[in-house]
Amino acid sequence: MELITTLINGLSLGGIYAMIALGYTMVYGIAKMLNFAHGDIIMVGGYTILVFLNLTGSPILATCFAIAFCVMLGVLVEKLAYKPLRGSSPLAVLITAIGVSYLLQSLAQILFGSASKMVNVGYLDSLSFGGITVQGYTVFTLACSIVVMICLTLFIKCTRLGKAMLAVSEDRGAAQLMGVNVNRIITITFVIGSALAALAGLCTLMKAPTISSTFGSMPGIKAFTAAVIGGIGSIPGAMLGGILLGVVESICNRVSSIAPYTDAIEFGILIVILLIRPTGFLGKKRREKV
Amino acid sequence: MAFLQVDHLKVNYGLIQAIKDVSFSVEQGEIVSLIGANGAGKTTIMHALCNLIPKQSGQICFDGQDITSLAAHKLVPMGIAQVPEGRRIFQELTVVENLQLGGYTRRDKKEIAETLDSVYQRFPILKQRAKQVAGTLSGGEQQMLAMSRALMSHPKLLLLDEPSMGLSPLYVSTIFDMIHQVNQEGTTILLVEQNAKKALAISNRAYVLEVGRIVKTGTGKDLLADDSIRQAYLGG
Ligand SMILES: Nc1ncnc2c1ncn2[C@@H]1O[C@H](COP(=O)(O)OP(=O)(O)OP(=O)(O)O)[C@@H](O)[C@H]1O
Ligand SMILES: [Mg+2]
Repeated sequence: MELITTLINGLSLGGIYAMIALGYTMVYGIAKMLNFAHGDIIMVGGYTILVFLNLTGSPILATCFAIAFCVMLGVLVEKLAYKPLRGSSPLAVLITAIGVSYLLQSLAQILFGSASKMVNVGYLDSLSFGGITVQGYTVFTLACSIVVMICLTLFIKCTRLGKAMLAVSEDRGAAQLMGVNVNRIITITFVIGSALAALAGLCTLMKAPTISSTFGSMPGIKAFTAAVIGGIGSIPGAMLGGILLGVVESICNRVSSIAPYTDAIEFGILIVILLIRPTGFLGKKRREKV
Repeated sequence: MAFLQVDHLKVNYGLIQAIKDVSFSVEQGEIVSLIGANGAGKTTIMHALCNLIPKQSGQICFDGQDITSLAAHKLVPMGIAQVPEGRRIFQELTVVENLQLGGYTRRDKKEIAETLDSVYQRFPILKQRAKQVAGTLSGGEQQMLAMSRALMSHPKLLLLDEPSMGLSPLYVSTIFDMIHQVNQEGTTILLVEQNAKKALAISNRAYVLEVGRIVKTGTGKDLLADDSIRQAYLGG
């Protein structure tokens, strides 16, 4: 019973990681860049929820505003900071992304101070079935991430835009020759990634209702690890990596003798997997083309 | 003005001048070949035509419009399609998804279905393999797919970069038959080929490119009979 609860908690945590990892992996696959500011979009989402919760009192409305705001911010950051650097060295783009990350954190500190703030997004009743009790937020997060993953998979597999995204990620030049507007595809990628980050922010707040300017850092790094484990650039890879990492984390935290080393174990898994399979579980070797 | 008019095209890679002042034209309905040794700059010209790489200078007009600085993706709806060097089909997508991407800029579902049917009629093997991942096709089948994918946009001008590269003689003939046929159906063709003999044989006109410059031009027939061309490109 204990094991099943732990497993469900792990899957739920993995759902959060997967939602964030999808943002990393899609941006990497399509724009060919590591968006290190992605974790901070989660933080912005969290603060937006805080602000609109105080204004409207409705967690649902606040979440909608947070998603909208994160989407706008993500697109804006891409247009202002990353797009001008398209075609320049990956290192320049990486450093810019780190710069954006610090910028967002600093802005959050200026606006909201450096102390943690409580965000009461509401409480969902825990569920019991067959002697197993799971927290309400666990079920909510799990449901949320499953819906997100199914919708995203259908979008990629079944729509014209989804296929264009796959085409751009495999061969940008050839996709342009098909008439695919790469800039538009990149914008859509940032829209999806930022919306998922906001949703991940909500789920994280339901679990632990405090926020500070580094709110998104740890989930961001964990999800990035998950994306790399699954094979960065691969959408199913991000889902797999996220869920795997969530389950490992939840099991490690359950065993008191290894709980202090949970983070080390997770990053250790990353290193071991990269040694055995440098492209991650589902990643592929890619050739760069004009 | 010609259907496709390229004037004073210059392309640099860093400090290397890959294309040094190249001008040429293609009239509507023609097959025009660009021939030249490895590294002469043929692919560079093809990439520059579709704005996949930046140009140093030059002007390109197509169908009466200046397309010099038009974004690559805007050329497809205007009627330009390219089969790039090395085919570059989407290996991880299925055959039919590749073909659908070829028709990406077209909106009329019925017309797209008709074009798809005509593609399948031309190459029934593509229909058999429709649901198969394109990376599993043989080289020859991949080339058929790449050509068919380009035709899905219903181009007025088809740019072909070494369509016969790495193919067995049988497939080479299939591809050249197809080029001829597509041209007969009204599509203008600019062809880059290593197989100069076959290319000149089906071309109305050709340009000979040497290290980034056009050194000779003439009708396909004349160039086939030209001694220096025979020696340099046709194996004596
Ligand atoms: N991305 C690049 N960076 C630097 N130099 C390049 C690049 N691409 C091509 N070149 C150089 O430009 C010149 C022309 O190359 P291009 O690929 O256009 O030749 P090509 O005529 O298509 O040759 P091939 O018959 O082998 O395909 C060559 O000297 C090549 O080395
Ligand atoms: Mg070439």
